[in-house]
Amino acid sequence: MKVLTYLLLLVSMATSADEATHTVARAAMVEELRRYAQILDGPDEARISDAVMAAMNAVKRHELVPQSERRFAYENRPLPIGYGQTISQPYIVALMTELIEPDVDDVVLEVGTGSGYQAAILAELVGHVYSIEIIEALATRARQDLVRLGYKNITTKLGDGYYGWAEHGPFDSIVVTAAAGHVPPPLIEQLKPGGRMVIPVGSRFMTQTLLLIEKTESGEVITRQFGAVRFVPLTGRH
Amino acid sequence: MRRLLLATLLVSAGAIGYELLLMRMLSIVQWHHFAYMIISIALLGYGASGTFIALFKSRLESGFEAAFATSALLFSITMVSSFALGQRVPFNALEVVWDSRQFLNLSLIYLVFFVPFFFAASCIGLAFTCRRRGISRIYFFDLFGAGLGAILLIGALFAFIPQDALLVLMTLPLIASVIMSTQSSARAPLITVQFLWVALLASGILQNQLGLRVSEYKGLSQALQVIGSRILDVSSSPLGQITVVESPTVPIRHAPGLSFNTLHIPPEQLAVFTDADDMSAITRFDGDLNSVGYLGDVTAALPYALLNKPDVLVLGAGGGSDVLLALYHGANSIDAVELNPQMTKLVEETHAEFAGFVYEDPRITVHTREARGFVAQSGTRYDLIHIGLLDSFAASGAGVYAQSESYIYTKEAIREYLEHTTDGGLLAITRWLKLPPRDSLKLVATAIDALRTMGVSKPGQQLVVIRSWNTITVLIKNGALMADEIQSVRQFARSRSFDTAWFPGIQASDANRFNLLREPYLYDGTKALLGPRAGEFAERYKFYIQPATDNRPYYFHFFKWATLPEVIALRRVGGAGLIEWGYLILIATLLQAAIAGLVLVLLPLSRVKRVWPAGTGPRMGAYFLLLGLAFLFIEMAFIQKFILFLSHPLYSVAVVLSGFLVFAGLGSAWSERLAGKLEGNDRSPVAIAVGGIALFAIVYVILLPLIFQRCIGFSDPVKIAISVVLIAPLAISMGMPFPLGLRCVAATAPNFIPWAWGINGFASVISAVLATLLAIEFGFVVVILTALVLYAIAALIFVSSTRPGSPNPLRQ
Repeated sequence: MKVLTYLLLLVSMATSADEATHTVARAAMVEELRRYAQILDGPDEARISDAVMAAMNAVKRHELVPQSERRFAYENRPLPIGYGQTISQPYIVALMTELIEPDVDDVVLEVGTGSGYQAAILAELVGHVYSIEIIEALATRARQDLVRLGYKNITTKLGDGYYGWAEHGPFDSIVVTAAAGHVPPPLIEQLKPGGRMVIPVGSRFMTQTLLLIEKTESGEVITRQFGAVRFVPLTGRH
Repeated sequence: MRRLLLATLLVSAGAIGYELLLMRMLSIVQWHHFAYMIISIALLGYGASGTFIALFKSRLESGFEAAFATSALLFSITMVSSFALGQRVPFNALEVVWDSRQFLNLSLIYLVFFVPFFFAASCIGLAFTCRRRGISRIYFFDLFGAGLGAILLIGALFAFIPQDALLVLMTLPLIASVIMSTQSSARAPLITVQFLWVALLASGILQNQLGLRVSEYKGLSQALQVIGSRILDVSSSPLGQITVVESPTVPIRHAPGLSFNTLHIPPEQLAVFTDADDMSAITRFDGDLNSVGYLGDVTAALPYALLNKPDVLVLGAGGGSDVLLALYHGANSIDAVELNPQMTKLVEETHAEFAGFVYEDPRITVHTREARGFVAQSGTRYDLIHIGLLDSFAASGAGVYAQSESYIYTKEAIREYLEHTTDGGLLAITRWLKLPPRDSLKLVATAIDALRTMGVSKPGQQLVVIRSWNTITVLIKNGALMADEIQSVRQFARSRSFDTAWFPGIQASDANRFNLLREPYLYDGTKALLGPRAGEFAERYKFYIQPATDNRPYYFHFFKWATLPEVIALRRVGGAGLIEWGYLILIATLLQAAIAGLVLVLLPLSRVKRVWPAGTGPRMGAYFLLLGLAFLFIEMAFIQKFILFLSHPLYSVAVVLSGFLVFAGLGSAWSERLAGKLEGNDRSPVAIAVGGIALFAIVYVILLPLIFQRCIGFSDPVKIAISVVLIAPLAISMGMPFPLGLRCVAATAPNFIPWAWGINGFASVISAVLATLLAIEFGFVVVILTALVLYAIAALIFVSSTRPGSPNPLRQ
């Protein structure tokens, strides 16, 4: 019995040490993001808000990546999660979250649950997140992980994100994390007037720009694209 | 001797076939960037085996047959096992900017594929070393086998899928091993292993390991992850592997550049992948044009807003989307050109019903031809020549094609297209939009340059550029745009919320209105490129946007060294998409080729006794090093240049590689005779050979573009024959300097021979990659001229060393 108690104690100590390491790494990652946030790109010179930073600090990214990638969980880079998909780079996740200007009462649609990381970040900030995933294995894994981590304001489903989730719409914001050859017209329809949709443009591992789609109160659609921070394509005078 | 000759032929055929097959298979599982690495790997195998034989010559000589049979058997075994193993190396090209371990994986791939070539080369090297009397015949069968192997492989790729072609190919060295083992002292163990190998193959266990493990980040893999998606059919040829996927649960909706304002949703589509990527779509069509109404709301529809019932030429018909686009807009006639007959067959036969029997429409004529060749040969002039999107955004955006030649988007190509438009006709090109702009500005710069070479003084009057959030469509008119046409452009763009980036008379306020960028990059860029300081602008731009030309057809190459530190630093703040990783992989390949060459070829040679006249080693070394570099420079430049003529990289590699091998071999054989004739004469045979190389190379630099232009429309067999005839005299000359040098060394410093082979092999290994890099940076002409300079220096070394009184062992 004594041996068993010691073993349990050891396991618990190792686990809490592990958790502590992750907490420190997460804080370091957030600190890095905070530094970058000071130089954020964009016509409106947006900054990553403290609320988004707090969400980034709250979500356990290491719980949402494959075991083999856990040691890199708090590096500011995308990681493979299997099935040809990635968990987005934390910086991109923070930026996308910031761009939709989340509010505590918001109902947000996510297209492409993937690892569940973006949904978890959103869940820290908004009223409810509806998330759709088309890859069955990922949908199952993300659902289980998000339940395990105690997120009650996320509803996931397996299915085609192209048509959105009309019964829960219209949405205050839509975050598309899946690759999109074109912006699905049904998603624009399900966006509330004044709502915002954000889509990463580029390949896996290499987000090129973020596409922000704003639907004005009159229903007009305006889009903006945000590129890398501080990158100006011309040298010298410009 | 007969047995040995046959075995040599079989091994040599297997080696060249395997080289080509690897290029094909790795293009499917990964991307095109492995092609030139494979040539380097094969050369490394040959270099390292030369060193190996030099070190263990006496032991190998005593058991020659057994050594040959063992090497051939190991070649057969490793052909299969290296591929199975190589596929399991977790190399992810897309991750190189994040994970330095990927470079290690790349090196692992390099080493895994080196092994079979090492064994193949050992067979040939052993035959040369141990049967010196029959060397000329062995050499002939070696080269004849190489040519045969290339033909065999191309034929096999028409008949089999690549994995099965590999199984066919591996039987060649296996038979060679059986042939040689009958005379061998180790017959019993050899036959046992051969039998076990055959039994293993017959069991089918290996076949299961050979299934192509396509990168999970390629379009096909991603499509197959979607619930309910499935492969409908796969067809394979040397031109590519075509896979058709249906996805009934989550329909495929391929509509690049679709307007936000559209009221139409694309109908059901079948995805068609070439080499597991580069998706195009076959759209369900029931004959009702309203069902494809979305085609009116894509940027590629712009030219139809300016034309009424045009005669259209679609270059790169793919799955037929652009043909449908033309039909939707009421084209009067449509010539659809598609290189790959399998692709045409899909729309014409296999999925004809799904596609609404669209190719049976009397207005449509389908031509299975290469685009440039078709245009060059065509006597027809079109109201519209349309080039749509045939590569994937992901691949294009990630710099996958950085080192891929594309002769579709060069200055010469655009000029040719425009010359085949009617007066007032249009050339329309749609591309993915990368931000900040790269290929879009390069396309604009190329179009402007093409118009200027046609004598157009104000190219801006003939140009229109519009963009959506992810595509750009460029219109180039054969003549100045009229006011009503400009009005149509503005109306088309405004009603679909597309941004205009250029039309004659555009104001800054017309650009950047719907899809807002921080700066109106495309407008600013186009304006600058049309202005008097275009050169300065291109120079200051952080991406390489100088026009693509037939001499430097790297349309997808935007890399500038000066920008690298900045984009690497920015990768953590959203700048990863600015990095062109295909180019970085090429650099990494060059480094690993140099290291592998040093470690596997040169370093072991330090064990060979160095006995030769003091101070002469560097001279001899320089001679063979220069030859290795120069030979491959010319060969690689020709491979890349002949892609334009032979339509496909694999055809070009097969024809040029085997052509150079065979004719250089003939040159090598004749060099002996030339040296004999010139004995006692003042003229140096090397100088004569280098003179020949310079003459043919310079003539080709000048004449090849003209020859290609005249003959590009001929059938494939005729073009192959022309290529062989063109290659022959140059390759014969290039085959001479090496054996001439070796002959002199053999007479005076025989200990240097392994070094001569090794240094030459090492130079070839790096040269295969270096030539591609130089071609990207400076163009083919510079690569060829550099090779000539290297040959000239080598000749000078030879001539000065063979002068009477010279202490150098190059003197006999």
